[in-house]
Amino acid sequence: MPEPLPSPAEELATEEAQEGLPVDAGTQEIAAVIAVPGATAARRRKKPFGVGAWLALGWLVFVIGIALLAPVLPLKDPINWSDPTLKLQGPQWGHILGLDQGGHDMLSLLVWGARPSLEIGFGSIAIGFVVGGTLGLIAGYFRGLIGELLGGLFDIMLAIPAVILALAIVAATSASVTENTGSHVTNVTIALAIVSVPILGRITRASALSWSDREFVLAARAQGASHFRILWRELLPNVLPAMFSIAVLGIAVAIVAEGALAILGAGVNAASTPSWGNIIIGGQGNLSEASHIVIEASIAIFLTVLSLNHLGDALRARFDVQEARI
Amino acid sequence: MWFRRRKRRSLESADRFPSAPPDVPLLEVDSAQTSFVTDRGTVRAVDGVTFSLERGRTLGIVGESGCGKTVLSRSVMGLLPKHNVVRSGSVRFEGQEIGNWAPDQMRPLWGTQMAMVFQDPMTSLNPVMSIGNQITEPLLYHFDISSGYARELAVALLQSVGIPEPDRRLRQFPHELSGGMRQRVMIAIAIACGPKLLFADEPTTSLDVTVQAQILDLLQTQQRERYMAMILVTHDLGVVAGRTDDIAVMYAGRIVEKAPTRVLFSQPRMPYTEALLASIPKLGDAAHSRLATIPGRPPNLIHPPQGCKFSPRCAYVQDKCRVEEPPLRPGPEGKHEFACWFPVGTPEGRAAFESNKKAGVAAVEARLGGETVPVEGVS
Repeated sequence: MPEPLPSPAEELATEEAQEGLPVDAGTQEIAAVIAVPGATAARRRKKPFGVGAWLALGWLVFVIGIALLAPVLPLKDPINWSDPTLKLQGPQWGHILGLDQGGHDMLSLLVWGARPSLEIGFGSIAIGFVVGGTLGLIAGYFRGLIGELLGGLFDIMLAIPAVILALAIVAATSASVTENTGSHVTNVTIALAIVSVPILGRITRASALSWSDREFVLAARAQGASHFRILWRELLPNVLPAMFSIAVLGIAVAIVAEGALAILGAGVNAASTPSWGNIIIGGQGNLSEASHIVIEASIAIFLTVLSLNHLGDALRARFDVQEARI
Repeated sequence: MWFRRRKRRSLESADRFPSAPPDVPLLEVDSAQTSFVTDRGTVRAVDGVTFSLERGRTLGIVGESGCGKTVLSRSVMGLLPKHNVVRSGSVRFEGQEIGNWAPDQMRPLWGTQMAMVFQDPMTSLNPVMSIGNQITEPLLYHFDISSGYARELAVALLQSVGIPEPDRRLRQFPHELSGGMRQRVMIAIAIACGPKLLFADEPTTSLDVTVQAQILDLLQTQQRERYMAMILVTHDLGVVAGRTDDIAVMYAGRIVEKAPTRVLFSQPRMPYTEALLASIPKLGDAAHSRLATIPGRPPNLIHPPQGCKFSPRCAYVQDKCRVEEPPLRPGPEGKHEFACWFPVGTPEGRAAFESNKKAGVAAVEARLGGETVPVEGVS
């Protein structure tokens, strides 16, 4: 068995002993001083992610994985396969998560339902991230008229209740879609993207405002950097952590919002595209006799949102500390 | 190799700014004024400053906090924001008027013709960009060179500013370096594109005293080796002593005295300069000497006092000073300029000081300082 390497403290003790010095409190004190920087450096480098964050990451990987693999998984067809005789039945052999009010298999509904939910969640925030981030960065860097106008625009958009704004956009954009049967995933994604723009824009603007006052921005300017260079190379990398932590929360909110829109009848078309949101809506009429429909879909949303929030926090804790160490 | 040759050529041709004939100074600033429009009134931060700087020479600009020295250097470089800033006067660089140029016109000059080292290396480096990228960044946007070649240049630059293991440092981030190291990196960035004029805006104020001298020596060597003109802005006369060719002392937005460094230290003419020199503690002073101070505080730049702006704090003040502002004009020695009606070391100055001493003017008491303060229990 290999001998463990002596710690700096032990090394010092042996050294002092060899030199005929007594190993006393002084040794320990010096050893503590020696030991601390190395220890903290090691902690900084590793900084483990924590069990919760790994679980959250695991769940997200699992959900995204099954959503992507849905067509090749051995699942019943969520729309075309149904057994009316078994409708509203709870978990049983062959249907481990039970069946819904139309006799469709809950497991395959949930797996297929993950697709539009995740598409809407990630898609809308991705659009909002790019658009809101760009506008916010510009608003924070170019004060003056551009900044005021964009800031005002964000405030106006934020003043309109988000759900009503999203409803209005879905209603306006889905006129061409089959009447009264709900909307396409794209429409909901765009609606939620527009709603998320001012939120991400404001966060980015606030962060960019404070960063663009830093001397290194002036220093870059004094070296002849163009506005684009300053925005892209100096400001953006500093603003990204704040944007990411809000965006991750935003994905969670968007997944829930898709459900909220479904409740209001402006969600994704349940007949053609099951989503977590419209599964809940479909099941709410039978809450007393078949609660498993609503509960299972809610748990799927709950775990995903919880994972995203937790992962967002963990990421921020990992990347946002740079400033404190300077 | 063909691409290496192309790079060399592009490095040289990047110097697009035409050089003036050698008899024209590199930088000429003529009655520069910079005011800030605020809610409380117009702050005249720089109020009619005139100086010129030859190639390869160094000028120290000295003054208290808030006297306009930083604003002056940023104003000359054109780095001040547009909003609420009013500039007038002329700035000629290489004989060409650049005082009224827009930032877009100035941008090709920044970095390649004039550069600045900032006060606080803790905040003037981007915390999330590696040292290497921060040095190569200006090289890449000013010159048509490959990133590999820019990296070679960065290593050479770090070496020349005295940073050990430059290869390793390139990959490090600012928080991994000490304050002195960061200021060295800042200097490397500033000189990367070979400017002809370097502004050093209090480059050592936020550094450890032991590091200050190293950084100042480094600036001096770089300035000499590259034959740059340098403007060293500081509040500390000790910093410019022996390191600059000339010194300009600023007070309330104006230059009040300008002279070759040696002359200024040996024969200050302006009472403000004399008071600044007197306020430096000397090793030879007896223990418990009271430090000489300048009473009062710098004037309000929105409503500056009438006459000489230093008159309320001056030990030599006479009635004339409170009414008429003295112009900056050369004394009998020629190169030594000062703005004072009763200059130090002249018969008029001595008479003014004596009469104030008899009258018990507060500034005289503070100015004299010097005598030992009796402290109980200490012999």
